[in-house]
Amino acid sequence: MYQFNYERPKTLADAEALLGKADDPKILAGGQTLIPTLKQRLAMPSDVIDIGGIKDLDFIRAEGDAIMIGAATRHATVAQSADVKKHNPALAALAGGIGDPAVRHMGTIGGSIANNDPAADYPAACLGLDAKIHTTKRLIEADEFFKGMFETALQDGEIIKEVTFPHPEKAAYMKFRNPASRYAMVGVFVSRGPWGVRVAVTGAGQNGVFRVNDMEEALSKNWSPEAVAGIKVPATGLNSDLHGSAEYRAHLVTVMAKRAVAAAG
Amino acid sequence: MPVVSMTVNGKPASADVEARTLLVQFIREQLGLTGTHVGCDTSQCGACVVHVDGRAVKSCTMLAAQAEGAEVLTIEGLAKNGELHPVQAAFREHHGLQCGFCTPGMIMTAIDMIRRNPGLDEETVREELEGNICRCTGYHNIVKAILAASQEMR
Ligand SMILES: Cc1cc2nc3c(=O)[nH]c(=O)nc-3n(C[C@H](O)[C@H](O)[C@H](O)COP(=O)(O)OP(=O)(O)OC[C@H]3O[C@@H](n4cnc5c(N)ncnc54)[C@H](O)[C@@H]3O)c2cc1C
Ligand code: FES
Ligand code: FES
Repeated sequence: MYQFNYERPKTLADAEALLGKADDPKILAGGQTLIPTLKQRLAMPSDVIDIGGIKDLDFIRAEGDAIMIGAATRHATVAQSADVKKHNPALAALAGGIGDPAVRHMGTIGGSIANNDPAADYPAACLGLDAKIHTTKRLIEADEFFKGMFETALQDGEIIKEVTFPHPEKAAYMKFRNPASRYAMVGVFVSRGPWGVRVAVTGAGQNGVFRVNDMEEALSKNWSPEAVAGIKVPATGLNSDLHGSAEYRAHLVTVMAKRAVAAAG
Repeated sequence: MPVVSMTVNGKPASADVEARTLLVQFIREQLGLTGTHVGCDTSQCGACVVHVDGRAVKSCTMLAAQAEGAEVLTIEGLAKNGELHPVQAAFREHHGLQCGFCTPGMIMTAIDMIRRNPGLDEETVREELEGNICRCTGYHNIVKAILAASQEMR
C-alpha cells in the first residue's frame, strides 16, 4: 500500500469538508473492496476518508411502503434485519449471500453500489426493485445510477447517504455462483410491484447490471417461469472468460430468471 | 503518524503507526501476537480472522485505524486460566487440525458462527466456512469439531 493520510470524521458534514479539501481523496466504508485494491497498489489516494464512524449512515427504517437503508449499513445487518426480512425477504437473502461471514460483517451497501463491480449482487437489487439512491447532492434513480463496469453516476466528493427500496409484492434473486470466488457468474433479480415487473441481471454483462425488457413484458402478461423459459438474451455484450463463455452466460440468464420467478411464487 | 488505541484480549493497546498499517500487522508486529496468521493477504483464506467488537472480520482487510476504540479478540485471548476454550478443545479432540496454519482463523470463525446460530447443523457450518480455506483440506474434522463444540456450549 502507498502512504496516505487517514481521517475518520464523525459527521457527514465533516466528511464532505474533508473530501473537498483533499487532493485526490477516496471514501472508505467497509474496505472489503478498497483495501484489497490499495494493497495491490491499484489506487494511490492522497487521503482516505473513513465514513465507518458516521452513526447517521448506519440504519434501517421501514416507513410507509419502503425500506430505507443507510449507506454504511453492513451486509450482515441487512441480512438479519427483521424489517427487511418482513417486507423484502429477497433483499435480506441477497445480502446474506454476499461473500462470506467476515466480508458481510464489514462490507456496506453504499460501498457495493458505489463500486459497481459487474458481478456484485446489490446492483441487481437496486435495479430490480426500482431503488432510489440518495446522495449528499441529489436523488438518483437506480436506472440512472449504474453507468458501466465500475462506473456510476456519482461525482467527485459525492457521498451516498441512503438507498430506498419500495416494498415489492413478489421478488426473488437467484445467483449462480462462480464456484471459486462465489461472486455471481449470473444473478437475476425479478420483482413485481407498483413499478410493474422488473428483471435485472448481474454478473453477465460487460457493462455491469442490466434489465431484460422482453422478460419484463412477458412476465407482466403472465407471471410464471414458463413465460420466460423461451426468452434468450443475446450473447453479444456478455462476459466471456475462463469461467464461462458469453453463450453460456446468456443461457444461464434464462435459467436463473425461471428459477427466480418460481422462487418469488 | 496517527496513534491508534484499542483493547486487545482485554488489555489496552496503543501505538504510533502509519495510516496504512493493517490490523493484522498491528496485532502481529506491534503487539507480537503471532497466533493470527496471514495466509493469502488477498482477503480469501480467513487465516487472519479475529473478532472486532464481537464480530469475525479478516484482519488483513482492515486498517488498524478502523479498529480505533474497538474491543479486539485474537486466538491468544481465548484460553482462560490455562483451560482451552471449548472450541479449541473440540479441535484437539476431533483432530480438527493438521499443519495448524488455518486453525486460529477457523476457531475465531467457529466461535462467531456458534454465537449467531443456535442449533447449528452441518450444512450451515459448511456454508459459514465459505471464507476459511484449509490447505491441508481437513474440512471433515473441522466441521465435526465445530458441531461438537456447539453442542458443548449450548
Ligand atoms: C472475499 C470477498 C468476497 C466477496 N464476495 C462478494 C459477493 O459475492 N457479492 C458481492 O456483491 N460482493 C462481494 N464482495 C465485495 C463486498 O460486497 C464489498 O463489501 C463491497 O463491494 C464494497 O463495500 P465496502 O463497504 O467494503 O466498500 P469499500 O471497499 O470501503 O469501498 C468501495 C468503493 O466504494 C466507494 N464508497 C464506499 N462507500 C461510499 C459511499 N457511501 N458513497 C460514495 N462512495 C462510496 C469507495 O470510495 C470505494 O471506491 C466480496 C469481497 C471479498 C473481499
Ligand atoms: S490472510 Fe486475510 S484472508 Fe487470507
Ligand atoms: S490444517 Fe493445515 S491449513 Fe488447515
